[in-house]
Amino acid sequence: MMALGALVSLPIGLAILGVIRFNEDILFLVLAEVMLISGLLVVTMRDIIRCGLAMMVCFGALAGIYVIAGAPLVAAAQVLIYIGAISVLVLFAIMLTQTKDAPASLVFQTQALGAGVAAILLAVVIAITVGATDWPAVETRIRTATDELALVLFRDYVLAFEVVSVLLLAAVIGGIYVAKREEGAPP
Amino acid sequence: MSDSLNAYLILAGILFAIGTFGFLARRNAISMLMSIELMLNAVNLSIIAFGSFVEGLATDGSVIAIMVMAVAAAEATVGLAIVMAIYRNRRTPLVDEYDAMSQ
Repeated sequence: MMALGALVSLPIGLAILGVIRFNEDILFLVLAEVMLISGLLVVTMRDIIRCGLAMMVCFGALAGIYVIAGAPLVAAAQVLIYIGAISVLVLFAIMLTQTKDAPASLVFQTQALGAGVAAILLAVVIAITVGATDWPAVETRIRTATDELALVLFRDYVLAFEVVSVLLLAAVIGGIYVAKREEGAPP
Repeated sequence: MSDSLNAYLILAGILFAIGTFGFLARRNAISMLMSIELMLNAVNLSIIAFGSFVEGLATDGSVIAIMVMAVAAAEATVGLAIVMAIYRNRRTPLVDEYDAMSQ
């Protein structure tokens, strides 16, 4: 509860101090905080079921950021596909593969420290690159109209759309074939 | 802040780094797949950010993001199926115990 209060009060404090604007900036900061903290929980918590649930929170916050960025259809697809389908798939796989005697304490590889250093370096390098590059960006966000998106998707990108649909079909059939129990094998 | 491209891109970079850490550091195969999902989401966020701040990419960004989501769904299906198949044979979800190739 205190953590939640800190999460919300930091952006509001920044807004009162005049560093950021009210309304969407506060929402953006809160969603970004929730997304990053739940993302960190996904990779650091010991209980893998909780990792899966934190992943759902992370995807939900990301859907909110998509709405702020002006892509409402992608946000809806994010909720449907990631929170509704992929997270549930991951949770089912967790429940099917985790045994009680699986060593929950041995979560990390021996290379975890090096991995942490490498990840921090990667984040710093990306931040420096983003800051140093002069993007041809406009000042305000461009909202994506859904009808326009549908026109572009089913006219300019219709070949890619069909290829992706065939890929999904192949992936579903392949997934069933790989995960299927063989005849006479123990359950 | 929500009106600057850099904020979105740095956010995506941090999320990608978190996913990289998880992929390199976790021992559980499903944790590694979840980290890959985080990285894919970070890439999607940067695509959306470019789509909403670069003039010529306004709708193409959303289309590309939806394509990435479909491919990520296919990847999750096949990846989790492979994890289940290996688990059925080896009885462990920990990747460092999958050492049949090194024996």
